[in-house]
Amino acid sequence: MSTALKPPPAAPAAPAPRRSSRKRRGAEPGGRVLAPTPLTRIGLIAVSVLSIFPLYWMIVIASRSSSDASKFPPVLVPGGNLGEHADRALNDPQANLLLGLQNSFIITGTVTLSVVLISTLAGFAFAKLQFKGAKLLMAIVLATMMVPIQHLGLVPLYLMMVELGWTNTLKAAILPFLVNGFGIFMMRQYALQSVPDELIEAARIDGASTIRIWWSVVVPALRPGMVVLGLLTFMLNWNEFLWPFLVLNNENPTIQLVIRQISIGLYTTDLSMVFTGTLISIIPIAILFVIFGRQIVSGIMEGSTKQ
Amino acid sequence: MTTAQPTRRPARPKSVRERLHNFDIKGTPYLLVAPFFLLFTVFGLFPMVYTMYASLHQWSTRNPDRTYIGLDNYSFLLFDYDRFNWSIVNTLGMFVIATIPQLICGLMVASALNKRLKAQLFWRMLVLAPIVTSVVAVGVVFARLWGQEYGMVNGFLGLFGVDNINWQSERWSSWIAISSMVDWRWMGYNALIYLAAMQTIPRQLYEAASIDGANSRQQFWQITVPQIKPVIIFTVFMSSVGGMMLFVEPMMFDSGRLSGGTDGQFQTTSMVLVDLLRTHGNYGMSAAAGWILFVVIVVVASVNYLIVNRIQGNK
Repeated sequence: MSTALKPPPAAPAAPAPRRSSRKRRGAEPGGRVLAPTPLTRIGLIAVSVLSIFPLYWMIVIASRSSSDASKFPPVLVPGGNLGEHADRALNDPQANLLLGLQNSFIITGTVTLSVVLISTLAGFAFAKLQFKGAKLLMAIVLATMMVPIQHLGLVPLYLMMVELGWTNTLKAAILPFLVNGFGIFMMRQYALQSVPDELIEAARIDGASTIRIWWSVVVPALRPGMVVLGLLTFMLNWNEFLWPFLVLNNENPTIQLVIRQISIGLYTTDLSMVFTGTLISIIPIAILFVIFGRQIVSGIMEGSTKQ
Repeated sequence: MTTAQPTRRPARPKSVRERLHNFDIKGTPYLLVAPFFLLFTVFGLFPMVYTMYASLHQWSTRNPDRTYIGLDNYSFLLFDYDRFNWSIVNTLGMFVIATIPQLICGLMVASALNKRLKAQLFWRMLVLAPIVTSVVAVGVVFARLWGQEYGMVNGFLGLFGVDNINWQSERWSSWIAISSMVDWRWMGYNALIYLAAMQTIPRQLYEAASIDGANSRQQFWQITVPQIKPVIIFTVFMSSVGGMMLFVEPMMFDSGRLSGGTDGQFQTTSMVLVDLLRTHGNYGMSAAAGWILFVVIVVVASVNYLIVNRIQGNK
């Protein structure tokens, strides 16, 4: 009742009495600027449904039986077999799912730690320290972001691993990804924005060494950026396929290689099992996405406008 | 150094502490950036240069003693190996039909997200959700959706009396199916990048246009698109590089094989490259394919840049 009486007399002609006063204030000059139309909402709902549907359908089929995948109109209600399927998939010695998960965690974790550490060190140097050649070196870093090194250097990198006898070892899958120009670029931007020069000067006067300053002034200020970079790097590398496909085999696979293997070989005809395995491979990233959605969204958005 | 300028400085020799401090100021920055450049040299620069060397040699598992053959690998790929040329056509074709709708939809979704909506984060996460799916997983699910017998797409088209289509068999149909995987995974990501750029456009521009009587469609084309042009160029560039290296989607569409269908109708250049490397063990040829692909990527990215750069709003 009280809310119905709320509209302040200052704006008696307000067209939509249900709008909150906060909105009305923003809408003064060009009232309808950027106001959502029904079409906007319908479009967004349609896009969201399309975004989610393949994922949802995967869960549905993974929790039912393979024959349900062939039905049309499609079955849309999950069944009760997911636990049993997951149990079978995880314990199938031929599927190697657990080993794949473990390898992917080791590879992706190492790569993520390394990228975040190296990028934070170099990003700080490029943003806040003066040294000869800094501009040139930064230009090189930017150039590495543009060049698809992975493909251009694929053959010799592969030969290098063969020569060193490192194929089918995790270090072969890890080493080429330890550095990343984008990470340095991103941490440099964060450092420019969030580390005040005065703080560094003050620490210098107190006699702190550069490394000390990095650790006790820069790292605390960059921590949110480090989290975002870590999340993006983890997601990117968890999904990496081509390089592990070249240097690892099915006895020592990453989770992505496992999914390829079970979908084309092991369970070809048993779609429920294929989808169960695929679902398991997505879960770690999905968990990160749900917990850190805000950081991931802002990381993608900020990374682009700073170009 | 200290003895070189005795007159300018007090005669007192520099203490260890001072030297350390000097080194810390002048040297430490290089130490901080060194890990990147060291690792990049070993795993980035060296392989790139070495690829050039390898591409000029006959060098394979069967012929491990490299023989210098000049540009023979290149000329074989370009003039005598039809699959390779077709792979460039396929890659370009899939790139075009994947990228154009993806970026246009991305723009539209971004402009919808840019409206005054409640639960902004919720909507943004929804459109971004496909990115959590690995490319392999996308391939597994979409290969099924586009299946001939029981695929949902054919089921849907069947409602309109369309006969079951074997999406793998033809060039155009396989390209559409594969492009749908790319679009589904990346559209939301591009939308968020556009959204970020749209939020930096001053609202007064819209308000002024709205007073002048421009409807939202005109506002979109004459204010939004020209204002975010640099970001559109950025996404086109990224899509060009990514699209020209397309590999996993077409591979998973063909049950994990590298041949891209019965006649290579959806075999991309990356698949040929990996096929030469892994299946045939032909290092020299594969390296040459890598360089040709690189040149193609540079050309495509530049052409796209020129095209997008022409977008102008009539102000």
